[in-house]
Amino acid sequence: MNPITIIELYVFVLAAFVGYQVITRVPPLLHTPLMSATNAISGISLVGSLVLAGANRDNPSNWLGFIAVTAATINVVGGFLITDRMLKMFRRDPKPPPALEKKTGGAG
Amino acid sequence: MDAREVVIQAIYLASSVLFILGLKSLSHPDKARLGMQQAAVGMALAIVGTLFNHEIIRFDFITLALILGTVIGYPLGMFVPMTAMPQRIAISHMFGALAATLVGVAEYRINQPAVPRSTMAALGFEVLFGALTVTGSFMAFGKLQELITGRPVTYRGQNAVNITLFGVAVAMFLYLIYRPHSPMVFYAMIGLALLLGVFMVLPIGGADMPVVVSLLNSYAGLASSATGFAIQNNVLIICGALDGASGFLLSILMSKAMNRSFGNVLFGAFGAPPALAAGTQAKDLTVHSVSAEDAAMRMAYASQVIVVPGYGMAVAQAQHVVGELADLLEKRGVTVKYAIHPVAGRMPGHMNVLLAEANVPYDRLYDMEEINSEFPQADVALVIGANDVVNPAARSDASSPIYGMPILDVDKSKGVIVLKRSMNPGFAGIENHLFYAPNTSMLFGDAKSSLTRLVSEVKAL
Repeated sequence: MNPITIIELYVFVLAAFVGYQVITRVPPLLHTPLMSATNAISGISLVGSLVLAGANRDNPSNWLGFIAVTAATINVVGGFLITDRMLKMFRRDPKPPPALEKKTGGAG
Repeated sequence: MDAREVVIQAIYLASSVLFILGLKSLSHPDKARLGMQQAAVGMALAIVGTLFNHEIIRFDFITLALILGTVIGYPLGMFVPMTAMPQRIAISHMFGALAATLVGVAEYRINQPAVPRSTMAALGFEVLFGALTVTGSFMAFGKLQELITGRPVTYRGQNAVNITLFGVAVAMFLYLIYRPHSPMVFYAMIGLALLLGVFMVLPIGGADMPVVVSLLNSYAGLASSATGFAIQNNVLIICGALDGASGFLLSILMSKAMNRSFGNVLFGAFGAPPALAAGTQAKDLTVHSVSAEDAAMRMAYASQVIVVPGYGMAVAQAQHVVGELADLLEKRGVTVKYAIHPVAGRMPGHMNVLLAEANVPYDRLYDMEEINSEFPQADVALVIGANDVVNPAARSDASSPIYGMPILDVDKSKGVIVLKRSMNPGFAGIENHLFYAPNTSMLFGDAKSSLTRLVSEVKAL
């Protein structure tokens, strides 16, 4: 195994910073889809699990990989589907809302 | 780097960009769906790219696991009702953390005699937070699904026990960085972390779940980020960081909406022993109850009605009837708006999703800051199964446990109609003086059947 390099720390800090900035703009209206979306995206641990399950290092590793791939796939498949199902439900009123213009979240 | 590796890395980079754009699209409901579909494409790319990794030499385990995961994941995505969303989200944190933990264990097992200290730090962090999230999320799921009691479970010295356990786990972690080749310590730390997850969630009550679910979201993200460090995979680091940042931000927002610190949520066991200091006892105050007929009349002839949904609406699965009632009122020329408190329900955004399911247009849903100034103009505020988030004691009674929490100023509207099962105090066991106010009328009964009666009364007018 190679030691961790400082580059990885850069990647982490910058990604966390981008994440914070992007997510600050998500309106409370969409906080539940946000949670399911980040869940689906965190299914990216599949990339680690797949290598583990397919590298054939030894039997325990294969099985650990098997469970990890299953768990991550559940999140990917279930997560994206349920996010889409939720987002599909959010619809605007065909006629404009009466009084008080609601601000449209941080568009753009 | 050979050509294959370059291609895989390029794919990972593209996926990372698509994920960030997907999250960015969530800033507006009109763009969100497309953005997340693009993120799903990014995920598919990343998976296909990974399969070309030269380390992968057998596909039987992979294929079976992908099929099994899809078979379990599909119904979790398509058939779980919106009312069950909090527990659905909680359990998915468990799956994410489980994958991260197992990868960490496997990496440690194989490389164990030669794990560099920096990698050990990543692995240790990964399994510590991963294992804690696995059991913590499962407990949260159990509480939300009501497999175990939703009330806080407390005992004497609980905080001391938890802090000691955590201290021991951290000490083990530090020891492992010092001496990575200590498998016994490594596995003992995992065991301890699993235990800690259970103990951490035990004392947390249902009303505090939004904070805990967000916090576990953040932990699951950090655990996968640590996986990325351990196996030197940048896309994992990036996604973990995004997930971690999102969960962290949400837990801060939720804590703020309850005017409490993280520490207070985690160690405070909110509402465990019903707070006796909760203001004057309400014995000699009178409650005005109202019939469905009168309530319907008042709403039908109002010019503005503000609906305030709470967890009770989710429990009674009443969101569709709410939508139906609002439609009827609007046809009569009544303006109907919805006031959404940030911690109404059991998860950030819980009420919004339920109302969206009931076909309520999202531009009728207003956040607390937007709607609070509107209550004085509202003829009727219809409170459906909400309690603490409309309790005026939060503004006026310094001895109340919820004092200082921002609330919806329902009591300032011209009239209040509260749908409530009985006069039992709410989840936190705090007396709510709104229910005794002279401008408040109580309509007792199950929220759904009360609303159904209201609908038929309005129709009959």
